[in-house]
Amino acid sequence: MTTAVPAAQPRFGTAQILLALSVAILVIVVAVPVLLIFFNAFWVQGQFNVVDVIKVLSQHETYQALLNSLILASGVTVTGTIVGTFFAWLVTRTDLPFKGTMKVLFLVPFMLPSFIGALAWKMLLSPRSGYINRLFMDLLGLDGPVFDIYTYGGIILVETMYLFPFVFIQVAGALERMDPTLEESARISGADLFTITRKITIPLVMPSILSGSLLIMLYSMAHFGTVAVLGIEVGIYNIPTLIYEKIHQSAGSFASIRTGTVLASVLVVTAAFIMWLQNKVLARGKYQIIAGKSFRPSELKLRGLRVPMLLFCIAYIGFTIVLPTVTIFMVGGLRTYGLPFTAENMTLDNYKFILFDWQLTRDAIWNSVSLGFSAALITMTAGVIISYVIVKMKVRGKGILEFLGMLPFSVPGSVIALGVILAWSGKFGVNIYNTVWIILVAYIARYMAFSLKANSAALEQVHDSLVEAARASGATMWQALKDIVVPLVRPGMLAAFFLIFLPALRELTVSVLLYGPTTRTIGVAIYTLNEDGETVYSAALAGIALIIIVFGESVIKRLFKVGRKG
Amino acid sequence: MADVRIAGLEKRYGDHLVLPGLDITVADGECFTLLGPSGCGKTVLLRLVAGFEAPSAGTVAIGGVAMADAAAGTMVPPNQRGLGMVFQDYAVWPHMNVTDNVAYPLKLAGVPAEEMRRRASAAVAMVGLGGLEKRLPSELSGGQQQRVALARALVSEPRLLLLDEPLNNLDANLREEMRFEIKALQRKLGVTVFYVTHDQEIALGISDRLAVMDASGRLRQIGTPEEIYEHPADAFVFGFLGVSNFLPMRKGADGWLAGAALAPWSGIPPDCGGDVCRAGFRPSDVILSRGGEGLDGVVQRASFLGSTMDYLIDVAGTPVRAAMHSHECLEKGLMFAEGEACRVSLAAVHWFPGSDAEDAR
Ligand SMILES: Nc1ncnc2c1ncn2[C@@H]1O[C@H](COP(=O)(O)OP(=O)(O)O)[C@@H](O)[C@H]1O
Ligand SMILES: [Mg+2]
Repeated sequence: MTTAVPAAQPRFGTAQILLALSVAILVIVVAVPVLLIFFNAFWVQGQFNVVDVIKVLSQHETYQALLNSLILASGVTVTGTIVGTFFAWLVTRTDLPFKGTMKVLFLVPFMLPSFIGALAWKMLLSPRSGYINRLFMDLLGLDGPVFDIYTYGGIILVETMYLFPFVFIQVAGALERMDPTLEESARISGADLFTITRKITIPLVMPSILSGSLLIMLYSMAHFGTVAVLGIEVGIYNIPTLIYEKIHQSAGSFASIRTGTVLASVLVVTAAFIMWLQNKVLARGKYQIIAGKSFRPSELKLRGLRVPMLLFCIAYIGFTIVLPTVTIFMVGGLRTYGLPFTAENMTLDNYKFILFDWQLTRDAIWNSVSLGFSAALITMTAGVIISYVIVKMKVRGKGILEFLGMLPFSVPGSVIALGVILAWSGKFGVNIYNTVWIILVAYIARYMAFSLKANSAALEQVHDSLVEAARASGATMWQALKDIVVPLVRPGMLAAFFLIFLPALRELTVSVLLYGPTTRTIGVAIYTLNEDGETVYSAALAGIALIIIVFGESVIKRLFKVGRKG
Repeated sequence: MADVRIAGLEKRYGDHLVLPGLDITVADGECFTLLGPSGCGKTVLLRLVAGFEAPSAGTVAIGGVAMADAAAGTMVPPNQRGLGMVFQDYAVWPHMNVTDNVAYPLKLAGVPAEEMRRRASAAVAMVGLGGLEKRLPSELSGGQQQRVALARALVSEPRLLLLDEPLNNLDANLREEMRFEIKALQRKLGVTVFYVTHDQEIALGISDRLAVMDASGRLRQIGTPEEIYEHPADAFVFGFLGVSNFLPMRKGADGWLAGAALAPWSGIPPDCGGDVCRAGFRPSDVILSRGGEGLDGVVQRASFLGSTMDYLIDVAGTPVRAAMHSHECLEKGLMFAEGEACRVSLAAVHWFPGSDAEDAR
């Protein structure tokens, strides 16, 4: 027996309007630019064309850039993994003195923009004028540099300094969470520490090591700053720097844009593959480590090596963090680049000049702050609404939202910038090329995924029954949102805001492809000043950027500490 | 007046019919319990009364006013139904302390600050949380959070209190204590209580009247706890209200036969309208002896539980649970060992027609 059940009428209510709005935002801001890249790469004169793509890829220049990206990324991945794993083990599994402090210090490189680091290393180790090279040449009477930073090795070294924390964080976390009984039971059955490490510890930590090194690879592959500062001068290009070169030098000719889109497509596909691999590794590793509260794992006694190891850590931190930072500030205070650091050569005038007098740098600071702020605000707000639809609303078709929102995670910055150029330079009747707006749109696309992640996590904590309890207490829908949902989601929103604001403040990869005469960001200004030989001003601005970043980071730390208590 | 009238209430999700047309009336000031197995639609029913869901058919009226009417398209939102509700997961707001949680309904009602403070602290004291006013929910135990939820539901003196298995997550002692407290509060305040649970002990202990619902969302019986316990309408109700035995009976050529193995039985069941019926009885109504009247049985399992002896007995191929006071067993020499033969007779039997043992569960 069948009874006719009247089909539920699809109503066009608030839920559907919100869904449509969210999809529209994501499609316009995220999907269209990325699709345009593929379209431009594979669609020539109204036809799908692979032969042409291969032709572009086999040109010496593009081929070399692909190869360089691969060489550099592999090199950085290997060294970064070794460095990260070693320090992670040292601060979790040995009796190294001041382990807690060391752990915090090893995370500092995350805060520092790597292109500023590259700048510092250029000042220290460029073959002719680098301070260290000159010092040794003078001292030892050498006629060549001790180390040339303008090489593959130099680039790999500098990138390693800033990217190894990806492995460090993952591995240290895994080693701390690992159930010590796994090791203890092996020990009881008579295995020595070396065997335990080889047979138990390393296999258990392997997923974390792998996933961390894949992250390094992903970032290094798509990394612009270090290669731009240290490689371009001697003709070492990777994919992002070649895209930059193509777009910038040839003033947007069709051929160069096509080369750019082909390179960008390669980058997207590679990045997507790495992301996929990383997810797989993480999914497999999930049940291997018995997650839970922090245990007190067994510690290796370093004995006679305790102090040497501590000194080694301090030297590493001094060499990779303190030295470059000090160099930046010192060079920023020089009257002329190249002078020795003596009292009469030092001045604060450079800082004063770029902060108060020079239109170019003042514009740059203002642009970065206002762009970062607006992008963070807009992305945070849109992120809340979209996450709300994804997490809380029972509407069909929200899966596409999740996909679109998370897409930028695997789309490198230079690709987003290129896509935004394709989409917003008049093709669809809107031309905002060379204005701040195009950078704003690119930032929104770039950072949407951060916002969705933070907001979804916060919203998932807000169970429906909390809202319903408010409704049963007499609250209207809006009162319940205001009194219950918003206060509970606020930490997530705040996190989203700062997760966007701070990276945007020091961002280079995206804005370097999009800036116009008056729309330099701090990153672009530092980079172009350095290119133009204004090294002291470049360093001074970098110094100010470092101060702003450190200040910003400590404000958030404070904010979240208070937030967690209250 | 805050009676609840549910008439012809139906709820379906797509093709899935959860509630197939219910009629329930809860009188003003009554404590009414809906008892049913997990997943039978209790929460759905409560949400229909609260206004979080709209009925597919039928009506809900509170205090004589239509709150939801599928035919007329009436749907009063939850905040205008004048009720208090305690959720299964408490739903205490984690960012508000005890006082703020409890005072929130008063704040929404626009109660002046002074009066709000007074009433909130009275409600907090009433549920025995005096002194914990400034604590955050994360600093309270499960039982304490549950009391916060109760105080919050009661503070605005609602005419109707809806409770969705609020005692489920508590340990046994606290559950019993809270059960008495809810009952006492309900008497004191005269509020109408609509309580849903799958726990028959709570339902019997707390209710003025209760309704038993089966897995398909149909009501099997409505009545006072005594009526339902003593005169279960059918085998399902009998089975749901406690540990139960069902012994199948069949009319043979020379009289009645008992158990799966059809052992001859000397008795005659009351008219069940057929040749097949079931005897339903509780373990405590089984009388064991070594050679007296009754059916032959073999003890399969004997467990000493302190004050009682718990036996599992095979009676003509059908397992039967029996419980006897330990001291009685000792006095009368009825401590059976596993594998021993015994005689089984029954003190109080409920007779149910049919043989389908399936619908007992
Ligand atoms: N929003 C919903 N959509 C679809 N099915 C639902 C929904 N809510 C409840 N159900 C179904 O209704 C039935 C009864 O659920 P519920 O009332 O929660 O049971 P319980 O009696 O345990 O409280 C279940 O089969 C459940 O799957
Ligand atoms: Mg339920």
